[in-house]
Amino acid sequence: MSAVTPVPATPTMAVRELRGLLTNYARTWRGSIISSVLAPLLSLVALGMSLGKIVDAGPGAHSFGTVDGRPVKYLLFLAPALLANTAMQTAIGESTYPVMSSMKWQKTFHASIASPLSSFDVFLGRLLFVGFRILMNCAIFLAVMALFGAVHAAGPAGLGPVLAVPAAVLTGLAFATPVTAWAVTQDRDTGFSVVFRFVMIPLFLFSGTFFPVTRLPVAIRPLAYATPLWHGVDLCRGLALGTATAGSVLLHLVYLLAVIGAGLWYGARTFRRRLNP
Amino acid sequence: MTTADLPLTRLLLGRRAFGPMGGGKAGVLVERNLMVYRRLWLTMVSGFFEPLFYLLSIGVGLGKLTGAIDGVPYAHYVAPGLLAVSAMNGAVFDATFNVFFKIKYAKIYDAMLATPLRVGDIALGDIIWAQLRGLMYSAAFLIVMLAMGLVHSWWALLALPVTVLVGFAFAAVGMACTSFMRSWQDFDLVTLALMPMFLFSGAFYPLSVYNHQVRILIEALPLYHGIDLLRALTLGRVHVGLLWDVLYLAVMGLVGAAVAARRLEKLLLT
Repeated sequence: MSAVTPVPATPTMAVRELRGLLTNYARTWRGSIISSVLAPLLSLVALGMSLGKIVDAGPGAHSFGTVDGRPVKYLLFLAPALLANTAMQTAIGESTYPVMSSMKWQKTFHASIASPLSSFDVFLGRLLFVGFRILMNCAIFLAVMALFGAVHAAGPAGLGPVLAVPAAVLTGLAFATPVTAWAVTQDRDTGFSVVFRFVMIPLFLFSGTFFPVTRLPVAIRPLAYATPLWHGVDLCRGLALGTATAGSVLLHLVYLLAVIGAGLWYGARTFRRRLNP
Repeated sequence: MTTADLPLTRLLLGRRAFGPMGGGKAGVLVERNLMVYRRLWLTMVSGFFEPLFYLLSIGVGLGKLTGAIDGVPYAHYVAPGLLAVSAMNGAVFDATFNVFFKIKYAKIYDAMLATPLRVGDIALGDIIWAQLRGLMYSAAFLIVMLAMGLVHSWWALLALPVTVLVGFAFAAVGMACTSFMRSWQDFDLVTLALMPMFLFSGAFYPLSVYNHQVRILIEALPLYHGIDLLRALTLGRVHVGLLWDVLYLAVMGLVGAAVAARRLEKLLLT
């Protein structure tokens, strides 16, 4: 295998990997709509609107912050958080089984590196594709939010909710990058179910999506603050409701970019080890 | 490890316990599953945590903000709903994804039919196994409910058999549907059926938030009946009307099982 000389990573090479994945997706996209669009949409209707009626009438109605001096309705509190969660779930979904499939079952990664692409190009190309999937799902979700009245014209020129979409994409990439880097090292799918059950679902439930993190027991709070999802939720919510401060936006961006950076470094190693041994 | 090392299953199921349904060897299949899952215990155990996480987050965390519902604290209201959801999910996933994989890819049933096992043994064995697994999750969740003080009445003892009924109804229909599936893509339909039921059937809030038409629609869905039954039992609000819920689930299970048995026989023996 030493004959394989990895060509230095170049953006155009990674784009070739992306193009291949897009070609494939153009044929198989239908199935992904149910899991990636319907789930957040139904959660928005059931939990944001129906359960929201009860929450808004309950004793904690004033726990979701204020906008323009008025308490935030539960639907408005929940929707941007579900946007961030859509990003996370799309990212984790696209970074687990599809990566193992490309590595082990279909061996498309091997096909790619047999071309002028380096292992890093393959990694980067996959991340670009996942970024595209996250962007697509989040944009659709924002449209659904608008349809159900779950947006508040906040921020500069009322574009706050629109700005929440790139924030959600960044949140998604903060999961996609390290998870893809790790998934390529896996030989069995048991690790994936552990990630779904013990990472994704607890984050979904305890990172400030359904209630403010300040409601968690003091001992658990730092854990929630340390997760990328909390940063994503807080960033998306702050932008969508117009309550974000420059400081908080900067903090969240730095955190998310740092995680993506670490994931890129880690993935460069795992992809090289696996594809150019 | 030989089958003789598993006296518990033998004690529970016996060798000849299911004579009329097949060759009386369904227990062998249960033993096989037990052996397989000894290596996948993490997958097995993790199934219990999902409803627990939901209970802690939505029931307890958000519950502090919602106040009481139907005269009980929110967590007390949500917990039996999650118990029903967990019984449904466990049963459906086992009866759809796992069964499809076994039929189409692993060809496990074909291999089994080359032994003295008959189709009846296989169907019954896998159904019993799925029910045992579901029973384990339900019992664990009920114990957690008890420990958290969410159980109001001795009627809750009946909750355990009711989760088996819910599991049976969904497993039977799930298996019947699986017999018509052509590829993994078709399983999106399973998600399409389960997800709205999970969210809209009253696990998280009373149906009074809906208008009349939506209410009738929800009351026609099977999960609603499971939730209604389990909530009545754990909160100690038992009344004769609950027999309708039992009847609904029993009929659903029997119809599903009849269709599944006929289709499986066709799929495996032709």
